Amino acid sequence: MNKKLISSPYIVWTIVFIVVPLAMVAYFAFTDGDGNFTLDYISEVAQYSNIFVRSIWLAAIATVICLVISYPVAFILSTMKKRHQSTMLMIVMLPMWMNFLLRTYAWMTLLGNNGIINSFLHLFGLGPYKMLNTQGAVVLGMVYNYIPYMILPLYSVMVKIDKRLLEAAQDLGCNSKKVLLKVVLPLSLPGVTSGITMVFVPAISTFIISRMLGGGGNLLIGDLIEMQFLGNSYNPNLGAGISLVLMVIVLLIMTIMNQFDSDDQDRVLI
Amino acid sequence: MKKVSKIYMALVLMFLYVPIFVLIVYSFNTTKSRTVFSGFTFDWYVRLFQNELILTSLRNTLIISVCAAVISTILGTAAAIGINNMKKIPKMIVMNINNIPIINPEIVTGVSLMLLFVFFSARMKFSFGFATLLIAHITFDVPYVVLNVMPKFRQMNPNLYEAAQDLGCNSVQAFFKVVLPEIMPGIVSGFLMSFTFSLDDFIISYFTSGPTSQTLPITIYSMTRRKVSPEINALSTIIFVVVVAVLIVKNIVENRSIKEEAK
Amino acid sequence: MKRLLSLLMAVLIVMSVCGCHYQHLSDDEDTEQQTLTIDNPDFYQKFKGKGISINVYNWGEYISDGSDGLLDVNTEFTNLTGINVNYSTYANNEELYAKLKGGGADYDIIIPSDYMIARMIKEGMVQKLNFENIPNYQYIMDSFKGKLYDPKNEYSVPYTWGTVGIIYDNSAIDVPPEEIDWDILWDEKYRDSILMFDNPRDAFAIAEKLLGYSMNTEDPKELKNAAEKLKEQKHLVQSYVMDEVFDKMGAGEAVLAPYYAGDAVTLMDEYDHLSFAIPKSGTNLFFDAICIPTGARQKEAAELYINFMCEPDVAYATTSYIGYSTPNGAAYEMLDDEVKEDGISYLDDEFLDDKTEVFANMSDEANLMMQNLWTDMKSTQEDSGNKWLVPLFLLACVLLSVAIIIKRYLKNKKDIF
Repeated sequence: MNKKLISSPYIVWTIVFIVVPLAMVAYFAFTDGDGNFTLDYISEVAQYSNIFVRSIWLAAIATVICLVISYPVAFILSTMKKRHQSTMLMIVMLPMWMNFLLRTYAWMTLLGNNGIINSFLHLFGLGPYKMLNTQGAVVLGMVYNYIPYMILPLYSVMVKIDKRLLEAAQDLGCNSKKVLLKVVLPLSLPGVTSGITMVFVPAISTFIISRMLGGGGNLLIGDLIEMQFLGNSYNPNLGAGISLVLMVIVLLIMTIMNQFDSDDQDRVLI
Repeated sequence: MKKVSKIYMALVLMFLYVPIFVLIVYSFNTTKSRTVFSGFTFDWYVRLFQNELILTSLRNTLIISVCAAVISTILGTAAAIGINNMKKIPKMIVMNINNIPIINPEIVTGVSLMLLFVFFSARMKFSFGFATLLIAHITFDVPYVVLNVMPKFRQMNPNLYEAAQDLGCNSVQAFFKVVLPEIMPGIVSGFLMSFTFSLDDFIISYFTSGPTSQTLPITIYSMTRRKVSPEINALSTIIFVVVVAVLIVKNIVENRSIKEEAK
Repeated sequence: MKRLLSLLMAVLIVMSVCGCHYQHLSDDEDTEQQTLTIDNPDFYQKFKGKGISINVYNWGEYISDGSDGLLDVNTEFTNLTGINVNYSTYANNEELYAKLKGGGADYDIIIPSDYMIARMIKEGMVQKLNFENIPNYQYIMDSFKGKLYDPKNEYSVPYTWGTVGIIYDNSAIDVPPEEIDWDILWDEKYRDSILMFDNPRDAFAIAEKLLGYSMNTEDPKELKNAAEKLKEQKHLVQSYVMDEVFDKMGAGEAVLAPYYAGDAVTLMDEYDHLSFAIPKSGTNLFFDAICIPTGARQKEAAELYINFMCEPDVAYATTSYIGYSTPNGAAYEMLDDEVKEDGISYLDDEFLDDKTEVFANMSDEANLMMQNLWTDMKSTQEDSGNKWLVPLFLLACVLLSVAIIIKRYLKNKKDIF
């Protein structure tokens, strides 16, 4: 009995600092400044549906690009010699240790009209191309910042695939394409789904990347929320409403992704 | 095939490292320009150690990260022990709540905590600062500790604990002598994860910090909104070098122990 | 693959070896270090040794930080009084308002602009000052007292003032400076090279001026028209910025940016290719003043800080470093004639009277409407450039459905066995 009691401090903590704050978001979303019930703010969110659509699109594109880039990386990693694997994984993860604002800032330096890439292209008589302050730059920022969240789960699933299975498939007449398609891909699906959620969720709610790389004219949901609480238009009730809708979207996406997941495993994200 | 994969990896690594390379190179630039490299200097490193603002926020960040990681590790390990002994349904409920801060967009977590703190600050006469920031960090750190420690219980032989008691340990001794060493790897990785997340967290800190608890990411953010001083590049270069050094040492030690085991 | 890392290291090592011809940063050398003289230092001793600290919340780049040989204001204050300063910054008035309105933010000193001061007074967010603790208020020139935002001089001590104009790259703009007007920001020629204010009040003021309205209009129709005007401009704007102009204009990323005169002075000192023009049709005149928020914990120490900011030497350091014009008479006297007559910081009274307008606090409805119009403007999508979104999204969907099919196929197989 006392063993269960030992978790009670944390349970109290979760109630006070996880459940109650979320309840407060809901409370703010459904009341006006004086505490009266209202649906105004929730319906006002609909007014910003274009921002939602844009955020979902950009996040989805970033997720797909992450997946396309990461999948081969994870596969190559998992087929390396064990001793090299940990070193290589370390090298892939190392950029994560730099502050993400600084990394994003470095991209501003690279992409600018007089930036490093354009200066480099200029040597060959090309450009300058407009790269910064576009939606493409925002997607690039998302991909760059969140790609480790895709590589890691993919790798951890692939490394568990019994390599003898691949050999067996080859022995049974599959060429390498078929091995990849029929053995590796299906077995790595859990990694794909958790990778997708781990990239998509932060990408849809980011607010710095769009401001730094997107020029401020491409508002995303995160920017909109931030604006209501600490930015240009103070309106916490509306901000709470938008947060609530964002949460619902994320939950929806998670449930869809869970459909693909192996059925009875304990689902753990990391 | 091998060659193709090598080229591919090289390209991906280039993508990952180019911005960092840029950061490092410009920490040696003589001017503040981010586009023209006009000469080599170590001055930004010297200035870094004179810059009160950066040093204060670095100190704040370290204090917060260490405190948050230590408290989260204790809280989370205790929670994991308790949760592990729960029946299926309460266990499921607690684990689901535990996962909320991981699944939820960071900005929503930040905003929700901010609303809570605002609500109580008016009534209980406290203000945003070290305490609110620490609470926020612990709140998003503990779930990772729990998730790291829980699987270790599953891997552990459940009879071990009873065996220790049969051999004369009381329950406290049995825990510290038998259970704790078994779950230690989970605790350590939970601690490291918490520490890293706290160190680098910006979004949640942005909503919950106050005037006296500016962390490094917040300072960097306010800098990116004007001009980033190369001192920050110098600082990131130092951090980068330290991390590389730590990881290389760790790798060497691991490789050596693998070799020794092989012998 | 370790090779890549070692390459990186090698480059760094080579670079540090090359560092033999080690250069010093130039700005330390030629300028003389300013020293601080204070007439009655005893006045500042009350809190010595008590270990208290005040929280100062200021605009970014809005205090002398010890570079350029000028005073490091906060450090000097701490040395003199023993009071620690926790200094943090915001980017615009609206951000300051949001941070304070939310509550829980514990600041002792804030520096809002005119219209925001009026709004904060109205909403009880700032408190009356005790001017006995601020004897240096005597240095403030009379023309800066009794302004509309604080008619009885009870809540605020003027810190700086200035006008809004257009910073431009003189190699890219061929219009003579006296001909420049706001409509240049709507000129197709400079597409993607225009920066714009990232706060509703300043941005709307420009559009309203262009349309011939008052900058303080509360007429819904006029506000809507102004918002339309801003929408029209959107496809020309490279990005919406505040203090990022320093970086972007300095690096030559953009050629036109409306911004505050003081910052233009700072920029022009550093970069030769930049100039500043005050639009001929007139502009906004602003005053920023120091206030103490309601509920500040260290009111008296904060008043000491305000008094310190009004010390002639400190006000001189401030105005010299940040470039904004000073309302402090003693500091003004210390300035070089060159600065007084540059036609940017200090304008003749005639122009100020005829061509400038000061923001007034608007009604809550007008504020709310402006906010909504602003968010709406910022969120409208330009149609070009996202045609590739749809195909990519479709591709993602296709990939997903492929995944589902494989999954189902596998499951069926499992079930058969």
